[in-house]
Amino acid sequence: MTRVALRHRLAERGVDRQLWLLVPGLACVLALFVYPFAYGIGLSFQPAEGGVLGAYRTFFADAYQRDTIATTLGLSLPAAILNVAASVPIAYRMRGRFRGKRLLTTILVVPITLGTVLTAEGLLNYLGPAGWFNRTLMALHVIDEPVRLTNNYWGVFFSLVITGFPFAFLLILSYLSGIDPTLERAAATLGAGRRQRFQRITLPLLAPGLATTFCLTFVLAFSVFPSAVLVGDPAGTTRVISIAAYHAAYEVYDYPLGSAIAVVMGVVELLVVAVVLGLRSLLYTGSTGGKG
Amino acid sequence: MTGFDELRLDGVRRRFGARDALAGLSLTIRRGEFIALLGPSGCGKSTALNCLAGLLPLSEGSIWQDGARLDTLPPEKRGFGMVFQSYALFPHLSVRKNIAFGLQMRRLPRDEVRRRTEEAISLVRLEEHAKKLPGQLSGGQQQRVAIARAVVLEPSLVLMDEPLSNLDAKLRLEMRTEIRRLHQTLGLTTVYVTHDQEEALSLADRLVVLRDGRVEQIGTPEDLHERPANRHVADFMGYRNLLPMKVKAVHGPVVAVEGSGLTLEGTPVGQVSPGDDVVAGIRPEDLHQGGDGVPVTVEVVEYQGRELAVEARTPSGVAVHLRAATRPAPGDQITVTAAPSRVLVFPA
Repeated sequence: MTRVALRHRLAERGVDRQLWLLVPGLACVLALFVYPFAYGIGLSFQPAEGGVLGAYRTFFADAYQRDTIATTLGLSLPAAILNVAASVPIAYRMRGRFRGKRLLTTILVVPITLGTVLTAEGLLNYLGPAGWFNRTLMALHVIDEPVRLTNNYWGVFFSLVITGFPFAFLLILSYLSGIDPTLERAAATLGAGRRQRFQRITLPLLAPGLATTFCLTFVLAFSVFPSAVLVGDPAGTTRVISIAAYHAAYEVYDYPLGSAIAVVMGVVELLVVAVVLGLRSLLYTGSTGGKG
Repeated sequence: MTGFDELRLDGVRRRFGARDALAGLSLTIRRGEFIALLGPSGCGKSTALNCLAGLLPLSEGSIWQDGARLDTLPPEKRGFGMVFQSYALFPHLSVRKNIAFGLQMRRLPRDEVRRRTEEAISLVRLEEHAKKLPGQLSGGQQQRVAIARAVVLEPSLVLMDEPLSNLDAKLRLEMRTEIRRLHQTLGLTTVYVTHDQEEALSLADRLVVLRDGRVEQIGTPEDLHERPANRHVADFMGYRNLLPMKVKAVHGPVVAVEGSGLTLEGTPVGQVSPGDDVVAGIRPEDLHQGGDGVPVTVEVVEYQGRELAVEARTPSGVAVHLRAATRPAPGDQITVTAAPSRVLVFPA
């Protein structure tokens, strides 16, 4: 009798045999994520010289290294903001049902599947000094010499927008379809015009979703590496923090410094995300009446 | 109040694809009237309401407010109030801000917005809940906010789309009285959509019965209740017994019909002559047990408080419904009769 009762009491607290289902996932997370992560953090505190915080001191003492934070933020923040800002009107127009919606969504989402390398090659061919873009403008006598849009800040920025936009768009579209369309109709019957309906009803309900979307696209953009090398200026204006980490770890073989830079990268991301989510918590985040 | 004397729907039609959701609704609504659009789901009543509100463009026809054409205006320019089935309260705004929304959209002075909002809040007795978000309210309270939000603008027309269908039975009755009381106090012209005939009969001054997008009958509650124009309206008005029969003879205002194992006398609605296929409509309340009537076999007995609802079968196997004061047992043979004036004979 007592055995049955014990099992029953445990089940009440959610402890039953189904918990075993967690084991494979948990093992993978521990082996492939938690352990390497902890190892990396540990490594960052064990530099060859300079004590526990030596690697961090090296990073922050060197302006060339330190500035990578600003460079990366300078790329990823505007890119994330643009991705979110550009997605809102497009998703807003596409929130209803209409013919060809699936096709249009597919076209907008295709860049996700291309990968950064293909995008970079495309950018080099299209926006490069001898690309169609410049040749067309020159042929039209709009410009006299090619505009430099690759192998600098703009190349990386475009690449971030191309790869980040589909994520932002898909997320915002799903947030928007979670808002009950009757709310806007109710606002219309109360005398609110198109603009007021968007500003007073849709936008406030969408804002928490925008914050979340911003965080995700920002984190994606912040860890930019391939495009910063391929279409950027990896030694100068687009020397982003991931390049610094790669350089330290795999070209100088200073693993502690590489780990320290990676940790700094994570901390900066977390700070931005914390600020955005902090602001988000001030907003209304409850039900939006839609189909979720 | 920016009222009108007359709102005229002129052949209002709305198609969805090839299907007519609403096929030519013509109706004149007079100031202060309470009109109910009644019909089963899919009959076009909500379509009609959305066309009136401006949320659905018309496929054909026009809507006129006194002399001015209305159907070309967007919803925000029509100045009608609407109560939605789902209430559609703005979830991020407090009760007070929900109610004030429309006043703010009209750019009224701040003092007036505040005064009228408070008035509307006390009208629906939500003073204690004014600061809450809609999600923190019960269904009935949300309903009251939705009504207050619509009437605070003193609209020339209030549109209500099945506003009580999400409430439980007890609350529905309370809110029904509430809506009627509001209509009496404020005198707001109202168009009310419902599929519940009892709700429509008790609230409206005039009813419009719709079926498959077409108007079946327009009339006062008494008209529809006592003199349904056809078997479909009768079906909707509680004539639960609709028995297929044949006309045997016509004696002035009374026709003798037989069929379904019954022989009855009834009042014709429309033109019938001997030999015609007809449908005899009788309310369960009008079919009485006893007398030298038609023999039927009791099948199901349901207790309904003051009386019993009985389903019985005629010798030819057609089900009839009646009310009984004493409890018959399933299997009992009983006889039923109905007064000829209470038996309506519709052409089939």
